[in-house]
Formats: sequence, C-alpha cells, structure tokens
Amino acid sequence: MDTVNIMIVGVGGQGSLLASKLLGHVVMTKGYDVKVSEVHGMSQRGGSVVTYVRFGDKVYSPVIDKGEADYIISFEVLEAARYLPFLKKGGKVIVNAQEIDPMPVITGAAQYPENLLDKMTAAGADVSAMDALSLANEAGSPKAANIALMGRFSKYFGDITEEEWLNSLEACVPPKFLELNKKAFYLGRNS
Amino acid sequence: MKEIMLGNKAFARGLYEAGAAVVSSYPGTPSTEVTEEAAKYDEIYCEWAPNEKVAMEVAFGASLAGKRSFCGMKHVGLNVAADPLFTISYTGVNGGMIICVADDPGMHSSQNEQDSRHYAIASKVPMLEPSNSRESLEFAKLAYDLSEKYDTPVIIKMCTRVAHSQSIVETSERVVPEPKKYEKNIAKYVMMPGNAIKRHPIVEQRTLDLIKYAEETPINRIEEGKDNSVGIITSSTCYQYTKEAVGDKYPVLKLGMVNPLPVEKIKNFAKTVKQVIVIEELDPVIETHCKNIGVDVKGKELFSLLGEFSQSVVAKALGEAEKEACPAIEGLPVRPPVMCAGCPHRGLFYTLSKHKIRVLGDIGCYTLGAVAPLSATDMTLCMGASISSLHGFNKAMGDASEKDTVCVIGDSTFMHSGMTSLANIAYNQSNSTVIILDNSITGMTGHQQNPTTGYNIKGDPAGKIDLEALCRAMGFNRVAVVDPYDLAQTEKVIKEELAADEASVIISRRPCALLKYVKHKPSLHVDTDKCRSCRACMKIGCPAISFKDGKAHVDNTLCVGCGVCQQLCKFDALVDEGGNV
Repeated sequence: MDTVNIMIVGVGGQGSLLASKLLGHVVMTKGYDVKVSEVHGMSQRGGSVVTYVRFGDKVYSPVIDKGEADYIISFEVLEAARYLPFLKKGGKVIVNAQEIDPMPVITGAAQYPENLLDKMTAAGADVSAMDALSLANEAGSPKAANIALMGRFSKYFGDITEEEWLNSLEACVPPKFLELNKKAFYLGRNS
Repeated sequence: MKEIMLGNKAFARGLYEAGAAVVSSYPGTPSTEVTEEAAKYDEIYCEWAPNEKVAMEVAFGASLAGKRSFCGMKHVGLNVAADPLFTISYTGVNGGMIICVADDPGMHSSQNEQDSRHYAIASKVPMLEPSNSRESLEFAKLAYDLSEKYDTPVIIKMCTRVAHSQSIVETSERVVPEPKKYEKNIAKYVMMPGNAIKRHPIVEQRTLDLIKYAEETPINRIEEGKDNSVGIITSSTCYQYTKEAVGDKYPVLKLGMVNPLPVEKIKNFAKTVKQVIVIEELDPVIETHCKNIGVDVKGKELFSLLGEFSQSVVAKALGEAEKEACPAIEGLPVRPPVMCAGCPHRGLFYTLSKHKIRVLGDIGCYTLGAVAPLSATDMTLCMGASISSLHGFNKAMGDASEKDTVCVIGDSTFMHSGMTSLANIAYNQSNSTVIILDNSITGMTGHQQNPTTGYNIKGDPAGKIDLEALCRAMGFNRVAVVDPYDLAQTEKVIKEELAADEASVIISRRPCALLKYVKHKPSLHVDTDKCRSCRACMKIGCPAISFKDGKAHVDNTLCVGCGVCQQLCKFDALVDEGGNV
C-alpha cells in the first residue's frame, strides 16, 4: 500500500499529541509500518503546532512535505488554512469550526481572515467542517474535542473497525478519562 | 514485543535493556524525554542535575565506580559540559558511559543550530547517530559495549526528528552486566600533566582502532541501488529523507557511526559510482572528511548549511519532479508561541515594559517576554548570561544604566548557571538589580523539578535550596519577594530596588499556572455595559483576551482568573462569576 499522509494541526495545548498517538497506535495494530512526528518545547506554548502521521507498507521519512498530505485534520480554522500547501490537490481537510485569535489579531496588528472554509475549497481542498467543541462539551469536557475530531476522521478508513479504534483509545487514554473520550469519539463518528 | 515508540523513549528503553545503573541529565528540548522515560524504570537511578557539566561528571563518577551510566542534554548543553568531555576522553571509563546530545536543526526550540559532530571530532570521542526509534534503542545497547571495549565515553547524537518521532521498535529483556571492579589507578584517572601526556597517545591509538571498527561495523552499511551514476553517503534523518525521495534508485552508504568515519569503506564505495553526493544537515562534516581522504564528492554545493531537510529538499537536489500542491492562501496572520493565560511572568514583564526598563533576558518560557505586545526583553544569549551581562552592562555604563536596567532569570536557569554570575556581582560590586522569576518548576521543557522545587525527578520530596538565604549568604543585603499577580506591589518593589544604591535581588514568585497542584479561579468575563473599548486589558498580551464586536472578550476555556487584567481596567468591566471586580 502507498503511504497515507495525515497532518494533525492546531494551536499548542489543543491535544494534537493524543490524537496522533491514537492514530499511530491503531494503524500499527493493523500491521502497517508507521511514523509519527511531534513538536515539543517552545512551539507548544500557544503557537501553531503540527504533527505528522504516515503509514503504509514501508515508511522512511517522519515528516510530510508540501503537496504530500492526503488528509489535514485541524483543530482550528486558521491553522487548517495555514497548512493547505501541504495538501495534495483534492486532499481532504477535516476541520473543527472553532476560531482562536492568534496574538497579532489580539493586539490588533492583524484581522482574523474571513471565509477561510470557502477559500480552502476554492484552492482545491475537499473541506469537511464540524463543531467538535460542542460535541466535546456534550461528551462532558471541551478537552475531548480532539477525540471528537478523530471520531469523524475514523469514518474515512473502512478497513479499521469501530472496535479497533476503541481498543486503541483504551490503550492511549488514562482509565479515568476513557468513558468521556469514548463518548466524544462516538459523537464525532456519528456526526 | 513490538511497540510504537518515541525516539527518546526507545533510547531510554535501550539504556534499560543494557543494564544502565545511573542517569544524570539537565532537561533541554529535544533531549528531555530520554531521561524522563529512563526515570520510569525503578531499576535505574535517575536525577535532574543542576546543569549539564554536573550531569556529565555524575555519570563519569558512576562509570568510575564500575556501573553503566548516562547523561543527556541538548546541543547547547554540551557547550556547558565540554570541559569534562574533553578530559573523560583521556581517562576513559570503567563501566560503560553514554552521553546523549540532541541537536535542533531548524531551531524549533533553541537559540542556535550548532552541529554537535564537531565536539566528537574535537574531543576524539566516538559518536553514533541513529536514524529512527529502532536504531535509538539498538545504538544505546551497542554504545555501552563500544564504551567498555574501547575504554571511551560514547556520544549518541539525536536530532529533533529522531528524538521526537515515533516508529516501531522491538523490545527485549534487561540484561545487567557484571559491574566492573573499582581499582585505584592514578595514571589513568588523575589528569595532571605527567599522566595526561601518557594518556594522549592512548587516545590517538583508540581513534585508529575505532576507524578499523568503522570499516567493519554493520551500522555503516551499503545499500545497493539500480543506477550507479550517483552514490549517496548520508546518516540520521537525512538517510530517511533520501530513501523516501529516491527509494532504491541510487546506492547509499548509510553511516550509523559519524565519528570516527571510515576511510576504505568510503573509498571503495566511491569506486562503484560515478558521482558521490553527501547528504547531511548543517555543517559539511562527512563531506570534509571525504575530501580530506581524496574522494571527490558534492555536498554543500547542492544542499543548505541552514535548517532541516526533508524528502522534497533531497528530491529537488537530485533532480526529481516536484509534487503538485494546493496553493497557499495569502495574508494569514502568524501564530507565534505566547505566554500562557495566567502565566506569572506576564505581570512582571508588563511592569518592566510599562516603565521602559531595559531587560537582559535568559533562557526559558520568559524568553517570550520579548514577543509583542510586551516586547520587554533587550537580550537573550545563553543559560545564565542575563546576570553576568547585566554586570558588564552596568560596569560599562555606570549611572546611566544602573537605575533603569534589570536582568530576569528563571529558577531553574539560576540554579544551572546563574549562581556563579550572581557571585560575580557580589564580589566585583556592580549596582545591579537581578530578578529571579521563581515559578517553582523548569517550565519550557515541560515541567521538570530542580534544586529549588523540593522534589526529585520521581516527584518524591528532595532537598530544597532557599533562594533568599542563598542570595543573602552571597552578601546581598537587599532581597525582596514579590507576587507578580499583584501589579502595584511588583511596580513598587522594582522602583525601590532600582533606586537603591546597592545591588539587589527581587524574587518574583508564583508557581507556573500549568502545574497540576495550582488551583485556578473561575474564568472572568466582560461586563459589556461597563467596557469602554479602551483596550487597556490588551496590553498584557493574554491569549484569553480578544476584541469581539467592539468590546473586550474573555475566552472562558483559557482564562484562569489570575486577575492581572482586572488591575488594568479603569471601568471595572472585567468581573468574576458573581459580577465582582
């Protein structure tokens, strides 16, 4: 199988590490070779963050380059737009419709851009937006938005069963948060 | 067992499986998790040392005692530990000793992108360079064997993309070797001139022996290719980019050991191809070696000296087609890292910025005090430089700077290398005002304990250094403590200490807002009837405060109720749950 390239992007602190851990785990249990590349340190402090997940028969590079991503999973609208040049023509963007102002917007030095979803579609992306934050709140905590988003993403991989996703969720999440995350996953998957 | 593992975690697993007994490190991105993960094994003694020099000397001591030891650091940490490194090269080891150095090409979280391979060459110490998690684990085990066989410390060089990417590893059981017996050996371990002169030729012979090893070892391997017009010599993550870009098109000499480099293996490889291309990030180390041994190669004429590479960078240099991508959307605002909502540094930097006080900064989360809108910091260099530079600045400018210049340094950085700088102020007497930002943790690297926190790496109670007592013992009569959430008190004390005619230390004390034990107040919100849109609350650069529909707005998922913004609002518009100011 050709390597599948997935970028998980967002704002530092939104939980992209758990999302990538879950994805890496589930594709490994399916027998694929997999690499996940994370960012730690200064970039985590509320800055733009990106995690790469790549799986297939044999994966060498841990990073994804411009024009290579099959999917961009974004926790925030502006961040989805920022990484659009990494998406293949016709690649899929699954985006949480939340907008978080970056510091230049907060200070008034810049405006939060308008109509980004339309602009991404016009640029050739297949955009699917969802309100992951509301689903996470429904599940019991806004922090579970990452897993709600992964629930939606899980629908695109027919050969990974719901049970396999849930087994990996159990392996990646501390027991006391498992029920909350399961609920968020279902809400995302069925949205 | 097969597992998906972070490179750093796999490294720690390798240490565990090889029977490592003592680990001492100072945290630094991207090296930190090797030690954090090693600390999860009860069989290994692990600690955070105050700095990298201390850590390396602790690891040396454990090796001297006959056990397998480890110290880990980031690239700039090896500058601090360079002193013991160059002489441990002479003494050699007793139990195996591994030094991990993690480079950060691209500077994801660093102040420079120096290439640590130069240290291996300069100190004449062997260096292995894994290219994924599996090799991180295997090389850790191999390095102990090499260390003991060749009587040398061994450096394992990680980089961000190996340290912080996960890939699949096979784990096995821990095997603890018989500890080496400690025997007093003055000629080997007491490095005074007469002894060191006799050790130096042993070091040179060791390098010759290691070159022989480099010729034979399977970690320097040739992979066949279909097209011999080009042959590639590479290592680390560049090997992965090369294979991703061109697969098995060209033959590849993949180097797992980057110091010393083989000679015959490279010459023989070069004979089988028309043109050798060296692919390496940062400096032309392998390229220079090839040219020195008379092998004609192309390297930095095709590849940059700057930043990280990727498969596209390699593909482009090798003449492969570029991929079609979605076009960029123009005019997107950047999203730089910021101090967190509730960060105790914010109130302090706001006060310094408000009074246009010069700030000589240091390394940590508070480096973000340089970011707009606070833009408070004038200088950031390296660990501990804030205090010593302030002393130099004041000695140079005298009265013209003493009353309006301070330095800021975090608690962990102060323990790392601020204390000696403070001793210089106490001794050579400049009228300097030093601010220690005590947030009770090492923040930027992800919450490691340090000698001021009272806890060790496992979170158990440990010794706790009293900062006030320490400063007084050095001879500072003026030591003040402020709560940076209290802007009026912070401003008053800073003014007083700058005005004083002797040196002083201000400890700005408030635990990091992200610490689990810190209890947050409920989020504030804006009473839009009272908000006059003056934007005073925006001056502190809090990510929880934005402007929506012409009024200030508080994001209740971020706000921790620290109350700093309330102190700036003249109209009492920022209120708590009960509508109170």
